[in-house]
Amino acid sequence: MNEKSFSVFREISRRRRENKTVTLSRSKWGMAGIFLFLLIISVYMAIPLVYTVLQSVKPIEEYYIYPPKFYVTNPTLDNYRAILDSVESLGVPFTRYLFNAVFTTVVGTGVYLILALVTAYPIAKSKIKGVKILNALLVYAMLFQNDTMATLRFVVMSRMGIIDTYWAVILPNLANTMGVFLLVQFMSSNISDSILEAARIDGAGEFKILFRIVAPSVKAGWLTVLIFVFQSYWNAGNSPYIYSENLKHISEAMSSIAVSGIVRAGTGMAVTILLMIPTIIIFLWNQRSIMNTMAHSGLK
Amino acid sequence: MTEKKKRSRSSFKQQGAFYIMLLPYSVIFILFMLIPAVGALLASFTNFNGMTFPDFVGLDNYVRLILKDPTFLIVFKNTLLQAVLVGPIGFVLSFVIAWLINELPKAVRLLVIFLVYSPTFSGTLYIVWQYIFSNDENGVINSLLQTMGLEPVNWLSDSTYSMAVVIIVSIWMSFGVGFLSFVAGLRGLDKAYYEAAAIDGLRNRWQELYYITFPQMTSQLLFGAVQAIATGFAAGTINQALAGYPSTNNATDTILLYMSDYGKTRFEYGYASAMSVVLMAIMLITWRLIDKALSTFRAE
Repeated sequence: MNEKSFSVFREISRRRRENKTVTLSRSKWGMAGIFLFLLIISVYMAIPLVYTVLQSVKPIEEYYIYPPKFYVTNPTLDNYRAILDSVESLGVPFTRYLFNAVFTTVVGTGVYLILALVTAYPIAKSKIKGVKILNALLVYAMLFQNDTMATLRFVVMSRMGIIDTYWAVILPNLANTMGVFLLVQFMSSNISDSILEAARIDGAGEFKILFRIVAPSVKAGWLTVLIFVFQSYWNAGNSPYIYSENLKHISEAMSSIAVSGIVRAGTGMAVTILLMIPTIIIFLWNQRSIMNTMAHSGLK
Repeated sequence: MTEKKKRSRSSFKQQGAFYIMLLPYSVIFILFMLIPAVGALLASFTNFNGMTFPDFVGLDNYVRLILKDPTFLIVFKNTLLQAVLVGPIGFVLSFVIAWLINELPKAVRLLVIFLVYSPTFSGTLYIVWQYIFSNDENGVINSLLQTMGLEPVNWLSDSTYSMAVVIIVSIWMSFGVGFLSFVAGLRGLDKAYYEAAAIDGLRNRWQELYYITFPQMTSQLLFGAVQAIATGFAAGTINQALAGYPSTNNATDTILLYMSDYGKTRFEYGYASAMSVVLMAIMLITWRLIDKALSTFRAE
């Protein structure tokens, strides 16, 4: 550390002691501009969500009003009641569909998180052979996600004999490279080698280092991975590799209730809202935890 | 045991741990990514139709694609246009929003993140835009135009407007994991750098962004860029939901849609695979260019 940077640090600690702001601030007009910009963006982003909520509480009479109204005059929960009624007429008990979705989502998300952490650590922080190739493959795979793979995946899975089982839902999604790649990025920028070396000298094994030191330091990273893996399982809809009715995903059962046509339009919207609720709860919890992760202090 | 021996033994153990960590994901990756991807690559040199044994046809599929298929040229152009607009706009807006809200009060921050990310909550929320832009008298925008005494517009079937509408909706949909990774990345930045820089003579927010924030965010920016490329070029779902496939004058058809047409409907897997290889080649070239551009920040 040279003399100049040392004096800068003395200045920082002096100002911190005196409770003065240390960082740059924004002007009043700047703040006003920012709020206006964020307001416009928020409205643009919120339109479909607000529209869906409004339509889901719209009584059937108002669907026939011309010209159509964006708002609702007499909100009702009839559309939600209609779902309850239809649920009873399903061939397989409703709870079975719910269980299928919850089971594959929880197991898939949990396994993927551990898998991604364990895989990302050596790629980001070791110099063993093959790691560079793996890192490149992660990016290539992210760019090569499309229908042409579906046929060959089917061949692989039928050879493994897992078609029409929970594995056919859980396993293919585990190959997703996005989460691994994101964690590699977080680990290589947030974790200094000197901390790892210190832990090794203290005799800690690599698994211990990963779960005690590395994982807590990239909490914001794996929380972000958690939310989108959760969504990729929960919103997956029905897997093309599942045929048995009693293994099907809840969204399959729900969308069969909400068949198209204006009579069921409101019910369809209510279904969309209901299916979104778990995601929203997980998301809000998730983002609050990310906000609460403390930015690490001290220069590396 | 001498010190040296001890050391090499522990590093052997350490390397072993790294390989064990990489093993499970590698197996899944090979089964569900590598085999299907290599299979698709090989299929692109054959006339595979899913039923009879494929014949090797050399580069025939590629020659046909580039020289003999005028529709491919159109969908190629559409894909490029959509990717060039949606990718960068989504990427820049994601970062700008994440950056602007970073210092706002918690509640405001959570609200904006919630709204900006809300398109991704449900796999089907984008369909609402179809009601909004609908061609018939039920379309929200058209009924609005009519109450103002203006002529309704065929937003989704008139090829002058359809692509613009698709792009507006695609941008709306583009604040996904990339955006979340920016939000999380900005939380993890080291405050001390900002304090040091403020005292050391940074004049404004733009300098701070360029000299302090970007260099610390390269990992997340890189991830966001891969995301933007992957979703930008693999466009099609929104296009099909809004304007249908094939659309009027092929105005909104993309490589992805054309590809799944050949793969799923016409059973020309060989030809479809050639398209997927071309699509991936375009994405890889774009990725290389962006990676190079971002590496200027990394060097600092």
